[in-house]
Amino acid sequence: MQGWAWEQAGDSEGEGRLNIAILSGKGGTGKTTISTNLSVITGANYIDCDVEEPNGFIFLKPSQIKREEVKVDYPVVDSSRCTLCGECAKVCQFNALVKTKKDIMLFEKLCHGCHACGIVCKQSALTFGKRIIGTIEEGQYGNLICKRGILNVGEPMAVPVIRRLLKNLPTGTNLIDCAPGTSCNVVSSLQYADGAILVTEPSSFGLHDLKMAVQLVRSFNLPFGVVINKHNTEDDRIQTYCEKENIEILGVIPYRREAAEVYSSGKMIVELPEYKEIFEEIAERLREVFPWNLQ
Amino acid sequence: MKIAVSSMSKDLNSMLDVRFGRCNYFVIYDTEEGLVKTIENKGQMSGGGAGIAAAQQIIDEDVDVVITGNMGLNAFNLFKNSDIKVYRCGSIKVETAVQLFKEGKLEELTQAGPAHAGMGMGTGRRFRGGR
Repeated sequence: MQGWAWEQAGDSEGEGRLNIAILSGKGGTGKTTISTNLSVITGANYIDCDVEEPNGFIFLKPSQIKREEVKVDYPVVDSSRCTLCGECAKVCQFNALVKTKKDIMLFEKLCHGCHACGIVCKQSALTFGKRIIGTIEEGQYGNLICKRGILNVGEPMAVPVIRRLLKNLPTGTNLIDCAPGTSCNVVSSLQYADGAILVTEPSSFGLHDLKMAVQLVRSFNLPFGVVINKHNTEDDRIQTYCEKENIEILGVIPYRREAAEVYSSGKMIVELPEYKEIFEEIAERLREVFPWNLQ
Repeated sequence: MKIAVSSMSKDLNSMLDVRFGRCNYFVIYDTEEGLVKTIENKGQMSGGGAGIAAAQQIIDEDVDVVITGNMGLNAFNLFKNSDIKVYRCGSIKVETAVQLFKEGKLEELTQAGPAHAGMGMGTGRRFRGGR
């Protein structure tokens, strides 16, 4: 884990909030499609935590965007005080500091901002500066609040942006659109979740990665259900797995050309009456599964 | 003069490892004393910044010359800043590499190669900075 263990989850927990994470394991199964369309149908706020490539705003097109920069700490060496003892480089777990023959060199992108170097420096030669790694945006879609984090291109660390985004969640129900996979980025998003929706597709990869996602949400003890996207009637491998594992299927979304066309023109698939009905059914089942009060 | 060679195993008979940050060992040869010392590369097990961790060890050993296959930008800049010269060599015996260097037959590395060259398979869809 990263260096922020002490500011763990908890800030957004509690009164007046229900956070549902949407994750998948496999990428491209439709997390964003499910999250954005469900937000519109249920009136829940939309939070895009896939900060490496947030794309929910393409569909929701929120207005009145407010922006806030996300900064992380990095050490600055005062060379007049530094005795080149090298303790800071030795303590750094991320190889961000190196003692060369002439100076202490910093590789800022490897720095996790943990301040261990500052603690071990006996000469007090280290101070901390801040650098910008991303942005938080907040806007409106009708009555919904839409937020997203954006990690700047070339930055390797997404977690600080995700943490900042999830620390100040609006009250009410929030749908958290997670990054693909089961990496740190997803784990740090789940730390703020009260429940989860796992989106998958009927394919070998879809099932394989769904199993990983199931393992992850179970380790968090979160109530969860599965949505099968891009469903075709011939393939029931996901249903078979869910039945065996006793996992609730919240909904099944058919694979159709017309849905793909609406999607690819940047519109919501709930604009199609058939799909709207499916999402309303999913919303209905969600209200049964999670103890929430969607309007 | 102290020469460090990235190596697959522990002695002069080992094969040179063309990866710098992720090699197993560094065989260190002293041209005056002929002394050989082998150090295990800490960078090899590092989640991220392998080249940097490896370079720190080499700098701490007071080495003058490094012989390896490829080197990423971070390690390359560290050596530049520490006045350590880097020479390129293929996958041959460490002993032969040292011999070739002594004869002036190795080419000095003046430009860094691609980073993460030695990371191989399983690095995932994105490079995640070693978390």
